[in-house]
Amino acid sequence: MNSKTDGVSATTATTYKPVFRLRKFARTNSTQLGIIGVFVSLFIIFIIAAPQTFLKGQIYYAFMSTVPFFAIMAIPLTMIVIAAEMDLSFPSVMAMGMVAFLLTINATAGLDNIPLQVFLGFCAALLTGTVIGWLNGFIIVRFGIPSLVATIGTQFFWRGAVLVLSQGKSGTLVYVKESFLYPALVGKIGGFFPAQMLWLILIACLGWILLNRHKFGAHIYLIGDNIKSAELMGVNTGRTRILAFMLIGLVSAFAGVIASFHVVYFWPSLGDGKLLPTLASVFLGGTSVFGGTGTILGTFLGAFIIGAIEAATVAVGLTGFWTQLIYGLIIVLSVIMHTYLRKRGT
Amino acid sequence: MDYRLELKHVSKSFGEVQALQDINFQLGRNEIVGLLGDNGAGKSTLIKIITGYHRPTSGEIHFNGRKVDQLTVPKARQLGVETVYQERALAELQTLWRNIFLGREITTSLGMLDIGKMRAETHRLMSQSMGFTSSAVDPDSLVGKFSGGEKQGVAIVRALFFDAEIIILDEPTMGLSLKETAKLVSFVRGIREAGKSAVFIDHNIVHVYDVADRIVVIDRGRIAGQFLTKEISLDSLMDKMIHVAETGKFEQ
Repeated sequence: MNSKTDGVSATTATTYKPVFRLRKFARTNSTQLGIIGVFVSLFIIFIIAAPQTFLKGQIYYAFMSTVPFFAIMAIPLTMIVIAAEMDLSFPSVMAMGMVAFLLTINATAGLDNIPLQVFLGFCAALLTGTVIGWLNGFIIVRFGIPSLVATIGTQFFWRGAVLVLSQGKSGTLVYVKESFLYPALVGKIGGFFPAQMLWLILIACLGWILLNRHKFGAHIYLIGDNIKSAELMGVNTGRTRILAFMLIGLVSAFAGVIASFHVVYFWPSLGDGKLLPTLASVFLGGTSVFGGTGTILGTFLGAFIIGAIEAATVAVGLTGFWTQLIYGLIIVLSVIMHTYLRKRGT
Repeated sequence: MDYRLELKHVSKSFGEVQALQDINFQLGRNEIVGLLGDNGAGKSTLIKIITGYHRPTSGEIHFNGRKVDQLTVPKARQLGVETVYQERALAELQTLWRNIFLGREITTSLGMLDIGKMRAETHRLMSQSMGFTSSAVDPDSLVGKFSGGEKQGVAIVRALFFDAEIIILDEPTMGLSLKETAKLVSFVRGIREAGKSAVFIDHNIVHVYDVADRIVVIDRGRIAGQFLTKEISLDSLMDKMIHVAETGKFEQ
């Protein structure tokens, strides 16, 4: 905060008292209320259409076990999309983080201490994800390349790096069960609550605070809304965008670790298949592809709708092939809706 | 003489295009300088060099007699420069309070926003300034819903809030009603009385002549001429402007 802004505190008696008004609340939070409405309605439809599936506890346990693997990446991806950028490389970053994990396990074999090695591997994975995120951001900001194009390139590059470094081999990670990180990341709290769900809630809460209560989030919204205005008013748009890409890199590597730990197995195509549900969660959650608007709550609920759609398509007797079609449709409809709203100037 | 702002031999080119050439520009204390020139003459580029948005290709910038290197937007603000840009520099999908504090949010520890204070200050500012309608006073209203005049008002009020030493107004009357324009012109006069300085650009020569102490005419990236308003009549100024536009030369 600069000295001029400090001057604000010296200004005297302000009479503004925010008053809660239902209509104003509804107007200000229309997107979030809309997605809550969609969320509740869809689950009622699912229950009516497939009561044998959606009235049983197991399905909700399954959601909490599997949805977090892509939902936690949808949180920082929401910020990227609000900033009018895009990241398509995160599925490869999931795998690349795990390659860093495995390389560290091999390099520290001399330690002969599995819990320590797993911890170091975990740190190496997160660091790798963050560095890849920085590189993505740097390429986009420094060379002015559209992020969509840049991250298509880096997606293939890092997938290639994963294949080269792992020699395309899969392998068991059964030793991670000896580490405290295993129960902390993917264990069952109280014997039934999946730890990864708790991590999703934690990351969503941190993401919400960052986006709504921190200067970083304020700048993300401004950049997505009008980057020229943000620059004229002194916002460091390059640094903010690079930080956003570092964040999704970090979280993607984390998602890669928990997805691998969950099945105690590494496979080089780890992350494939996560692109579509993650993107669909963000767009279904009401984030505009044009930037400037979007919410964490919307994405969070969007992710569970996406998770439920997969279960519902199978439960109502359709094959799993339908899910991709539905996710694609959600993305296209969301873009059409935002284009329409933009033309209406709302 | 001790100028509040001085540009010495400033040039700016964008690739092959020479936008400004060897500009020597001064802004004294308690002085309002009117900047006149045709579209594309280089007025906005000059403004954006003063505000730190563009870096000059060559030349020096001095604030209060001290040379400033690597001027950036935040640095220019610290030196007391506030700007109302021609393009308003607003984020229309965001709330009023976010726009008022755009780029310099009031924060508590660890960069957390002090939203309550920003809302309260926004409400106080807007209700006191320029007679805004109720929609433009609610800190949570979206700026995109405002009328053209209200949007311009937000940009002006924002520039006034931070207690600037130098206020730059680039086409500030654009989109304003007659009543709002009259208020703005009287406000610009008040800048001098408050001991501050201003650079005033407007397509309406009458407004510029009305408030400026000195007028600087820019043409094709160069300063074509300058004079004190008290030494020239409005009619004569108009004739000179037409002459400059036709010949690129200025008769002193």
